[in-house]
Amino acid sequence: MLPSDLKPEQFNGYPPEARKLVSSYASALQRLPLSFLPSLLREVIEYDFKFPAERRALEKELANLNSLSSEQFKDWLRGFAQIRLSSQLENFDWVNAPGQFVEQLSSHLWTTHQLDAFRTAALAYADRLRAVVPPEPPPVPRLGITVIGQGVAAYDEPLFRKLRAHGAYFSGVKPDNGLELLLSVVAARAKEHPLPYAHWYIDGGQAAAHDPTLTCVSYHALERVRARLSAKIRIEIQRPGMGPEALRTHLAQLRPADLGLAKVGDAVLDRFQVKMLTEGSGTQIFSTTFAQWTAREALRRAQPLTLLVRFAPRQRQKPMNEMLSAGREASDLDPLGSLIDADMGAYYNWLNLQRLAGAEQSSFLVWFEGHNEAIAIGPSLPHGTVSDAATGLEQLLSWAS
Amino acid sequence: MGWSRLAAGKASSPQEVARQLAWTRREFLRTGAGLALGSSLLPSSLFARTGIPAGKRKVVVITFGGGARDQETFAPEGQEYIPHLMRELIPQSTFFTQMVNRGILGHYVATASLATGVYETINNFASLPPEHPTVFEYFRKDLKRPASDAWVVAPSNGFNRIGESSHRSYGPGLGAKVILPKHLLTAATSGGGSDYEHLLRDNYETPFHTPELAGSEFELQQLRMMLKLSVDDFKAHALTLASPDELSVYIVRQLMRQQAPSLLWITMHDIDIAHAGAYSLYIDGIRRTDRLSADLWKTIESEPEYAGKTTLFILPDFGRDADDDSGGNGFQHHRTGDALSRTTWMMALGAGVREGVVFDRPMESTDLVPTLGSMLGFSTSLAEGKPIPELL
Repeated sequence: MLPSDLKPEQFNGYPPEARKLVSSYASALQRLPLSFLPSLLREVIEYDFKFPAERRALEKELANLNSLSSEQFKDWLRGFAQIRLSSQLENFDWVNAPGQFVEQLSSHLWTTHQLDAFRTAALAYADRLRAVVPPEPPPVPRLGITVIGQGVAAYDEPLFRKLRAHGAYFSGVKPDNGLELLLSVVAARAKEHPLPYAHWYIDGGQAAAHDPTLTCVSYHALERVRARLSAKIRIEIQRPGMGPEALRTHLAQLRPADLGLAKVGDAVLDRFQVKMLTEGSGTQIFSTTFAQWTAREALRRAQPLTLLVRFAPRQRQKPMNEMLSAGREASDLDPLGSLIDADMGAYYNWLNLQRLAGAEQSSFLVWFEGHNEAIAIGPSLPHGTVSDAATGLEQLLSWAS
Repeated sequence: MGWSRLAAGKASSPQEVARQLAWTRREFLRTGAGLALGSSLLPSSLFARTGIPAGKRKVVVITFGGGARDQETFAPEGQEYIPHLMRELIPQSTFFTQMVNRGILGHYVATASLATGVYETINNFASLPPEHPTVFEYFRKDLKRPASDAWVVAPSNGFNRIGESSHRSYGPGLGAKVILPKHLLTAATSGGGSDYEHLLRDNYETPFHTPELAGSEFELQQLRMMLKLSVDDFKAHALTLASPDELSVYIVRQLMRQQAPSLLWITMHDIDIAHAGAYSLYIDGIRRTDRLSADLWKTIESEPEYAGKTTLFILPDFGRDADDDSGGNGFQHHRTGDALSRTTWMMALGAGVREGVVFDRPMESTDLVPTLGSMLGFSTSLAEGKPIPELL
């Protein structure tokens, strides 16, 4: 089936709000090339479980497509229209399974050497969309905080090497009650700007006591969910013919209830957490990967005003099957390796913060937990500088903002 | 920068980024390792340089597998992770700064493309042979070499079909023998055992379930007949090793001593732990591959069957995603198809290769097979790449 054959009743399987949204734009969708439309529907079908920022962006994108004249439509989507698809893809049920379609499209693009053409088309479209529907500026400058090195008594190698050129390095930081202090700063921002899913605390281990207004995700709190998921993965990988792609497709279909999350929880956050474990690579086995990927996805999707990420020690590397067996992590951790992971993760957190609107006004802090080292980045802080003056974390945040 | 649902990245063209990568590598190697620019050198024939006829030459290819980026290898901040390549091998090498892979960036299919000289499109995760003739088939058929003269050692269980293609003019019986060290170890230890688990691990993107290739008797026969190893000796040595790639290199050494193949191909794979997202483990993999590559070169130089008549090629199958491409997640994957993930390098050293030279013109992964054909004197008629004149 091609997009031009679309009928509104074909979206009857969509969740209610998604169905309502898509029915308003059926005529615009009919004009889209098949190489483009399912990736849009992949977002639409999740609309009921999206964060507010994502919803607004999707609504604006659909409204923009709907407003384009025929000529503009051709111009905007010319690159996609030139992508050659197979009859197998055309016959796929891309309305009800857009995610699986996009996986198969990806494979098709690689195989037919059309990936570069698709990338070019996608970049051109994204640039145009950004120009017409610019991302919303934040109501207040964003703040990112990353805490690394939990459980490491001493580390002699230089930290924050990738970030030093962008901010000020401090070696005389007062570490006392550092985490509590940072969490209190985050909580204060949440109270001052009480928007849904705007203030996050992600912990790669067990979350510290925190204000309930924060959106909190922790690796420890998901232990039972991870155990259920690992059990499912272990069963699946024993099946003949099961490989990473097939496993990924299988996992992407899992829902919170499949993994034991209660129906009375926050449906949007529950879906987000399950996606971190089912769509992230390595998030099931390494807490450092979980913290980094969750931070990336929180920034990309929820576009928070405040994000505190605390890394914790991950388990040591072992054979994959053993790492997927829950319950053996506590006895065999790798704090030093985790510090290196987290140091890179902090850099990625900063990069991802820079991708959001208002990046030039945002501030960012990384602290080596329990120690005297930190780096602060912000509009008023010089780049590439070093200070060994005795300084409190609160002072650093104040300078960075 | 900004996020995008479909893809995102820098505005620069892939060609521009690839050129910039090559330039950076070249400048770094010129200043850091004292290499000369190759364009200033006069060509001369391989035979004139070596005095070794094609029929006596040997070639060893190491794929620096798993994909490694510049910032963790040849960029200034990455050199600390490759001390052996930097200090020991590069000064003896001809180094190509811009090896571009225009094919599918999956490890099995990319290695198959390297081995056929054609961008293969087989399913990366299925147990399928390449569709085009492999270098091993060209070599054996054209030069009438026995099966014992071409070998592949592949750490990943998914590589069991890499030795010969499904091509009707070549295929069964004409390819390389493939050793999967993990299968050997599993057979020798009757299923593994906890002492050996660290050597049997597969990574995140290799097939979880590999069909039985043969009974364990086949592997045990390989141990006894080909490698001249007793099960007890093999098990005892394996206990001293730290990773699957170390196990592979141990097997390669044994193979060189017992079979001395003229065409030997080893794919490393420890680096691919990067898919699990742990940067420290990715770096550990690079350091280990660096050390093992230098160890293999020392073995080549010290084994009488190889010393002085062997050319060694070292090249990654491809790179990994750039940090600033928002469509990916940096070092973790190679999914965006951006310039950094497609543009890598190659070094050649040993018999007939000029030392301390760097070339930065673009070439493709598919050029390796025709180059090997020209060096060893066999035709690679169905390969799409071109021989690299700087090596001939």
